Amino acid sequence: MKLWEFTGHELLEKLAHQEITQEEILGALDKRREEVEPKVKAFLRFEKTPGPENLSGPGGFQGLPIAVKDNICIKNRPVTCASRILEGFHPPYDATVIQKLKAAGFSIYGQTNMDEFAFGSSCENSSYFPTRNPWNLECVPGGSSGGSAAAVACGEAIWALGSDTGGSIRQPASFCGVVGLKPTYGRVSRYGLIAFASSLDQIGPFARDIEDCSLLLKVIAGYDPKDSTSANLSVPDFLLSLGKDIKGIKIGVPKEYFSLSADRALEGIAQEVKQALEEAIEQLKKLGAKVQEVSLPHTEYAVSVYYILATAEASSNLARFDGVQYGLRTEAVDNLTEMYKRTRQAGFGSEAKRRIMLGTYCLSHGYYEAYYLRALKVRALIANDFADVFKDFDCLITPTSPTPAFKLGEKIQNPLAMYLSDIYTISINLAGLPAISIPCGFSSGGLPIGMQIIAGSFDEEMLFRVAHCYEDSTSWHKMRPKI
Amino acid sequence: MEYEAVIGLEVHAQLKTRSKAFCGCMAEFGAPANSLTCPVCLGFPGSLPVLNEKALEYGLRAALALHCSVQSFSKFDRKNYFYPDLPKNYQISQYDLPLALGGFLEIEVSGAKKRIGIIRAHLEEDAGKLIHEEGHSLVDYNRAGVPLLEIVSAPEIYSPEQAYEYLASLKAILKYLEVCDCDMEKGSLRCDANVSLRKPGAKELGIKAELKNMNSFKAVRDALNYELKRQKEVLESGGSIRQETRLWDEVSGKTQAMRSKEEAMDYRYFPEPDLPPFVLSDEEIETIREGLPELPQALKQRFISQYELNSYDAGILTSEKALAEFFEACVGLYPRAKAICNWISGPLSYEFNSRNTRIESLKLKPEMLVRLIKLVEQGVLSNLAAKALLSEMLNSGRPADELIKEKDLTQVSDTKALDELLDKVIADNPGSVMDYNSGKANALMFLVGQAMRLSKGKANPKLVQEALRRRLNNA
Repeated sequence: MKLWEFTGHELLEKLAHQEITQEEILGALDKRREEVEPKVKAFLRFEKTPGPENLSGPGGFQGLPIAVKDNICIKNRPVTCASRILEGFHPPYDATVIQKLKAAGFSIYGQTNMDEFAFGSSCENSSYFPTRNPWNLECVPGGSSGGSAAAVACGEAIWALGSDTGGSIRQPASFCGVVGLKPTYGRVSRYGLIAFASSLDQIGPFARDIEDCSLLLKVIAGYDPKDSTSANLSVPDFLLSLGKDIKGIKIGVPKEYFSLSADRALEGIAQEVKQALEEAIEQLKKLGAKVQEVSLPHTEYAVSVYYILATAEASSNLARFDGVQYGLRTEAVDNLTEMYKRTRQAGFGSEAKRRIMLGTYCLSHGYYEAYYLRALKVRALIANDFADVFKDFDCLITPTSPTPAFKLGEKIQNPLAMYLSDIYTISINLAGLPAISIPCGFSSGGLPIGMQIIAGSFDEEMLFRVAHCYEDSTSWHKMRPKI
Repeated sequence: MEYEAVIGLEVHAQLKTRSKAFCGCMAEFGAPANSLTCPVCLGFPGSLPVLNEKALEYGLRAALALHCSVQSFSKFDRKNYFYPDLPKNYQISQYDLPLALGGFLEIEVSGAKKRIGIIRAHLEEDAGKLIHEEGHSLVDYNRAGVPLLEIVSAPEIYSPEQAYEYLASLKAILKYLEVCDCDMEKGSLRCDANVSLRKPGAKELGIKAELKNMNSFKAVRDALNYELKRQKEVLESGGSIRQETRLWDEVSGKTQAMRSKEEAMDYRYFPEPDLPPFVLSDEEIETIREGLPELPQALKQRFISQYELNSYDAGILTSEKALAEFFEACVGLYPRAKAICNWISGPLSYEFNSRNTRIESLKLKPEMLVRLIKLVEQGVLSNLAAKALLSEMLNSGRPADELIKEKDLTQVSDTKALDELLDKVIADNPGSVMDYNSGKANALMFLVGQAMRLSKGKANPKLVQEALRRRLNNA
């Protein structure tokens, strides 16, 4: 086995036993990156291999490198959200999660590709280049955190951070065959995350197994006085949730998530995905869980509600990119309005423009009540569906995405089809709940399939417990792409 | 045709918290451009606002003092519009669930009391400042993010004078609460006015104009007077009023149309997702209510009844909280309220007005003023000398007795010195002496004045006058 194939906790153990050195690990990752990066293109930018001064961090992570999605601010490094409009901007501060990573002894490695401002599910909306799926270079890695998922999947990075507004961590994790977690809204500080939709965004970890995922969440989670929406709760030791059995754990399977195809303009859940999920459910039953069908009656409204609320917030969050203080500014204009127009016209890609237009429309006088306000009400109903179910169940199991990774170009001309690829993940953001995607099988074409586990608010421990128990009894997480 | 004026005022009061509304930057006036900024108030990507609890507390104090009902559940909203002085291109404000609703402010116009309704009071952040130069514009973000309280009156103000009194009353209250400096010229208090005319007795409001760009209370009154006259002329000539925003031009003394209703912006308000709604318990609200100081009108009434002052004197003493406190401290030491009042509203007010300063920044302690008054009453100092001494005391912060000893200011009342003084005055001013003798009584006062001048204020003017009259009548 090559060094890049090991997980973070395995490498830390080897370091502790002095079986290997940090230099060897970094050398192996460098070499791996040189091999696969030209094909996968996971990174927008790369910091040269961390020097020895970074290798003696105090927090126990021994300078192991972590990749970061390019919408998280790192002091004095460029950050672009894969957009032209932020060209030249160097944030003068670290995001709270970056401060925590540094304190824990991680070295901040490259910054990964994404859909522009996290608008997309394929990484094709990057203004720079698309990232490719390490399992099949013809396919997308998912999005928007496609670069982070691909980098972890192909061994360019041990860990990565992404952000998830409607599935942007979980969907690419499922497409790339890695573990990706969206924490409960408020679990991880958003300070320094360039906002897409503030009421839905959460930063979360990518890793190759549950133990690594839980280690990384422990580092980045916790109350932050700089984020008024972060929860003032202590962070449990998630490692204690690993290795427990799941006998008697009550798992719900929302029927709506398996039957959406009949009356929707959607090809529906792929047979292979459905089959993989059914096998996973059988496995969980074998492990002692009690599985039962449940209903989340407002599920069918989730995508509509999401695209109203998320674009409304985005239209306001992106207003600040105007050429006045930082980033792109088109020169040679006659007046202020022209400066605004031409800067934003040149700086934003077409999906960003589409969402800004849509969000602006939804908030406009005369439409606010019919769209934004109504969506806000339905959001509460969706959250109530989950609250009702979690009175009787410990967690829910669903597919992460209705299909495995699709081909580059397949959906880029059809925004609605692209939006529907997040149909299983969106509700969870609307309800603010934690959810994880873990590998649970492969398609006949050799593409990974992901299973989503959803838990009640701030019950990430339950996610880790069930996910780890399942992972321990299967070997999907040990598969590596042959690239 | 007679018309009734209907006016509503929207006041923006800068809350004088140490730091800004949503970040830790200092909220000061006059610092070098952009020196009081950080990623949050500059709206840098990824930064997030955190509410300054002091701004909330100051807002609550003002709302309670204006008899508003503070809302137990309130939230922030985003007001979206593009302008370079607005770093995020939205302003954090409050829309449908403001901090406080439904209060009133009492004003006094020509001796009669009147209540003006307050519709709402809400918190928001200030914008930066544009500086236009030849060929380009600059932005100073020092003011961006400074907390503001917007106070909206009901359309229950019926004349420019009432509007002036409303502002004066509001200023007094906000200053008493120590939540705002209320300096319109520095922009710490800003006022827009909605104004319309209607036929007397009509229930419905006429079409209004919104007036902006008034930089003093007087400008508000002048702009309203002009605008009412303009609207009346339009109506009388058979025209109709356009709903529009008009700018007051101080130089020409006119209002000019800026934008019409059709051009009004759509602010696309929606709940600010970066700040959770805030919930206030009855206990929290009561704690703030109990901490409110005695407000100017109540204090004035108490001064009138407790110290037997007239309304005018009580009004002056309670015009500023520090002044009222100084007065009460003095009375506590020496219970001659009227004398103390006269000294405060007379010589002392003159001193701090001419120094363009405020009583709290003067180096005068209540016991120092009381001692000075006693010295005059005991005949040790003349009034004139005491006034001069007061100025010295304010400059040096030293007590009267020390300065008297040092400068030998004790009143000249021994007869020999007085005789010598009068000899010189009479010899130097033969013309005035002749005038007096020919029956012009005023000439005596001139000679007294000369004697005071010669003695550098040390002579006792009463004695000088008596002695002079005696000498001239006997001559």
